[in-house]
Amino acid sequence: MKAVLAILLALVLTAELSAQLTYDRIRQAVREPGSWLTYHGTYDAQRFSTLDEINRANVQQLRPVWMYQVQGRHHFESTPLVFDGVMYLTDPPSDVVALDVKTGRPLWAYRRSLPDDLRACCGDVNRGVAALGDQIFIATIDAHLVALDMRTGRVRWDVEVADYKTGHSLTAAPLAVKDKVIVGMAGAEYGVRGFLDAYDAATGKRAWRLWTVPGPGEPGHDSWSGDSWKRGGATTWVTGAFDPETNLTYWGTGNPGPDFIGDVREGDNLYSDSLIAVDVDTGALRWHFQFTPHDVNDIDATEIPILVDADFRGRPRKLLLFANRNGFFYIFDRVTGEYLHAKQFARQTWTKGLDAKGRPIPNPDTVPSPKGALVYPDDDGITNWFSPSYSPQTKIFYQNVREKGGIYFRNEAVYQPGRMYLGASKRAVPDEEPWGALRALDPLTGDVKWEFKVTTPPWCGLLSTAGGLVFSGTMEGMFFAVDAESGKPLWRFQTGGAIWSNPISYQAGGHQYIAIAAGNALLVFGLPASSL
Amino acid sequence: MWTSWWLLALQMTVAVEPTARPKVTPQEVARGKTLFEAQCAYCHGADGDGGRGANLARATLRRAPTDEALFRVVNRGIPGTGMPGNAMSARETWQAVAFVRSLGRVKREPLPGDAVRGAQVYQAAGCAACHTIRGRGGPTGPDLTDIGARSSPAYLRRAIVDPRADVPTGFKQIRVVTREGRRMIGVRVNEDTFSIQFLDAGGTLYSFFKEELAELAADDGRTAMPSFRERLEPAALDDLVAYLVSLEGTR
Repeated sequence: MKAVLAILLALVLTAELSAQLTYDRIRQAVREPGSWLTYHGTYDAQRFSTLDEINRANVQQLRPVWMYQVQGRHHFESTPLVFDGVMYLTDPPSDVVALDVKTGRPLWAYRRSLPDDLRACCGDVNRGVAALGDQIFIATIDAHLVALDMRTGRVRWDVEVADYKTGHSLTAAPLAVKDKVIVGMAGAEYGVRGFLDAYDAATGKRAWRLWTVPGPGEPGHDSWSGDSWKRGGATTWVTGAFDPETNLTYWGTGNPGPDFIGDVREGDNLYSDSLIAVDVDTGALRWHFQFTPHDVNDIDATEIPILVDADFRGRPRKLLLFANRNGFFYIFDRVTGEYLHAKQFARQTWTKGLDAKGRPIPNPDTVPSPKGALVYPDDDGITNWFSPSYSPQTKIFYQNVREKGGIYFRNEAVYQPGRMYLGASKRAVPDEEPWGALRALDPLTGDVKWEFKVTTPPWCGLLSTAGGLVFSGTMEGMFFAVDAESGKPLWRFQTGGAIWSNPISYQAGGHQYIAIAAGNALLVFGLPASSL
Repeated sequence: MWTSWWLLALQMTVAVEPTARPKVTPQEVARGKTLFEAQCAYCHGADGDGGRGANLARATLRRAPTDEALFRVVNRGIPGTGMPGNAMSARETWQAVAFVRSLGRVKREPLPGDAVRGAQVYQAAGCAACHTIRGRGGPTGPDLTDIGARSSPAYLRRAIVDPRADVPTGFKQIRVVTREGRRMIGVRVNEDTFSIQFLDAGGTLYSFFKEELAELAADDGRTAMPSFRERLEPAALDDLVAYLVSLEGTR
């Protein structure tokens, strides 16, 4: 009955607000389960779908309904948005296509002309668009933010966020909040200075910029020796979460620069490898927590903060859960920023442990050296940009993890604009066979309840659903579902290409679908009864 | 000084053409090594043997059959992959090219054997049942077409007399028992979370979903390759090694 009401409500909203995605609709996305309105589905970043037509009992019948092949040949990391009958998808590196959800046929495409001297360390990728009002927003690999007409794909405005020639690039989906578009950036392998920006959605005018490396006179500036802050990194390359009640947006920040040499930047190097809570109206930094001070292992804290309200140690609290690439699961009070708890959930050697305030005790053996230093995890991390999921139904935090080490040999890092600024090279651990797992964590303790092992460390995010399912994918192209309570595999489909993306769920014609990017195709799955 | 460096580097962010190649000297290669460590080794490894990026320590590079092609790859990157362009000058790019070309090349040294006789030993010992040279031979062992460019004589000699010492990547031996009780040993072709494919000794391909198997185990350190320590006279072994060393593939 509840589901029926939700569908009716969604239909009414669709009819009234065609081609108008208001802030109120996004804020109340959970009331519109047939849509996928932000990169994370909802502002709280839970990546949980309340749809349950596809469930434990019938998931074995799930089958492909349509596919869309992108033109880009880069890793296809896009999370689509779906609302009002249209899917908005990025085609890497910086194109956007609008697809009819019923048939998979394209409605329009925005094809961006790019310079041929791009500098993106780790692939010319893009993870998705944001939508607000009657516009779609894409942050491009050449570091522009572009607003497109939702109905035609025509450019409304195009502004430069930063200079791509100095190693800046944009790969994350923007976050649309109120009347603004919040944009994170990448480039910490090129000695850039990180920031988080907000732009006026109507005009493209910059509303605020928060430098994630404080300048002279700002608090935290003394955490950098000499002028190292100018090349300090701390980029914001994975989309954060937002809480309308605290009016704060929560983002993780990346490694300090150079990645592997600490003695040219003595100090904690704020706000690298940190969680930052930022006022969306002003860009003011309200609080921060640094996970990995003075990082020399490239352990970006650019993971997804998940916002959950729960009783914690006998008291109702607004929590923020964070499964860090450094191997620890953290719990915060998201109003005050108070550190509440952390628990290791995968193999790590970079720290000897955390103190009572969550500050790590350094392990000097893992500092890159000319002889080579072995460290777990390697610089791809235990987690990374791929999304975790939280199910309010099972009260489990789901996270794909990578179990893999690396040996780091220190070398020289000389800063020159547009060149790599790293300071080490890497070798694989001899005879090691890296592996991965989908782990189910207790959200209030970080304890591992169960795991589903996979052969190769994964790059796929997760989706949990009210149908009692968790969807994931492997580097060998298998898209699969496990029982959200037990981790037992229930369904699988070989997509034919490595999966570097996050699954979503939505409705079309009253039926539930699951979508995932794999190889160079976007695949949509439904039950036989829902085939259109 | 710094200012002029910056200006210089900014001018160089446009793509450069592979003209005016400097002479390859040990100094140029050494400079290339320094550039490689700072700009390339993050993905390709300090020895160029790969990781996130491709293995460059080999005689032939698929994307860069010529030095000019390698220059363009280093300068502009490879669209559709994680390989970005670089802001190095033409001279520096040539230095990096010279260093990359030095990777994976085995130094020539005088050998006791005779390669022509070694080719006959190769045929008589039945190596071609499992190994392939220039498209001829069996599928279950490594391709040897360019083995001489990739492996040292000492390594090849050890691989022949003591093949268990280092089973090459991609030729892992596995054992399975099916749900019906059938036991098989094979060379793994591919494996993922849900399935495995392998070749038996005769080259027949098998494929199973893992729920079809009662047992699946890795025969770590084992290999279908027998030791030829007792089967070859010392002179014949020398000849066989000389033959394998002569196999340099085609650039």
